[in-house]
Amino acid sequence: MDFKGSDTIPGPRTEDQLPHTAEAAVKIVIVGGFGVGKTTMVGSVSEIRPLTTEETMTQAGIGVDDNFGSDSKTATTVAMDFGRISITDQLVLYLFGTPGQERFWFLWNGLFEGALGAVVLIDTRRLEVSFDVIGRLEERGVPFVVAVNSFPDAPRYAIADLRAALDLDEEIPIIECDARRRASSRDVLMTLMHFLHSLAMSGALR
Amino acid sequence: MVAGKDGAERAELDLVTLIVASADPPPSAAPEQAALLRLCTTPLSVAELSAYLSLPFSAMTVLLTDMLTADLVTARAPIVRQAVADRSLLEAVMHGLQRL
Repeated sequence: MDFKGSDTIPGPRTEDQLPHTAEAAVKIVIVGGFGVGKTTMVGSVSEIRPLTTEETMTQAGIGVDDNFGSDSKTATTVAMDFGRISITDQLVLYLFGTPGQERFWFLWNGLFEGALGAVVLIDTRRLEVSFDVIGRLEERGVPFVVAVNSFPDAPRYAIADLRAALDLDEEIPIIECDARRRASSRDVLMTLMHFLHSLAMSGALR
Repeated sequence: MVAGKDGAERAELDLVTLIVASADPPPSAAPEQAALLRLCTTPLSVAELSAYLSLPFSAMTVLLTDMLTADLVTARAPIVRQAVADRSLLEAVMHGLQRL
């Protein structure tokens, strides 16, 4: 184990420490292709500077990929950025920005299985990346909403056209957002929570 | 599954299981155990520990499983999605988000 000396490890700043009363956490996963703005969204709503957890991937799991590691990464280490929002003194919400490729999801136990739900963040310039993600979430029974990150130079489509292109059911919310803005990212999370609440009310959640 | 202090079975460690130190580092503690105990004098998630200690999640769970067995730390299990969602939980999260 490559472990740096304990004296050099910076822990959470005092203001970033959770209270002793923190009893339990919940999580929401923000999933999307490389460069779609997952970390930006996590950072815009997180009360702590986003942190990164990494996992090393075995050779067998590495396939051809045209998104991940498109710069200098060798694709043997998979990183996931995350942030945190304190809900009450007892309850904490964590947000994980997760690569869109399903083979990475197995690296972290229960990443999706235990999550309250997911946000599929999409870039209209690369819509095809989202098809697979949406299919996988549906297979796993993970409730999700779709958020369109409005990049200035990305083509704009009517929500109905996006719904048709993504082959999404009527009840699944699609919203536009600006992941850089806290209020906008918060609205995306609220949309997911309202959707989960409506599922709970209708008893439709598996 | 990991046996808890009370003998009850615990779920596997999740990214958002909260870890709290229950002891000072014993003299026999390995450097990473001592570092972890110093970090979680207040509750910290497994994910945060992984980030601060620069350890992969898999190595983190091995380390924590040993420390749970040795009663050096306690784990507070996350609330996971249920077949029938807990509406009061969802409402609490909504209220928390509204304050952002």
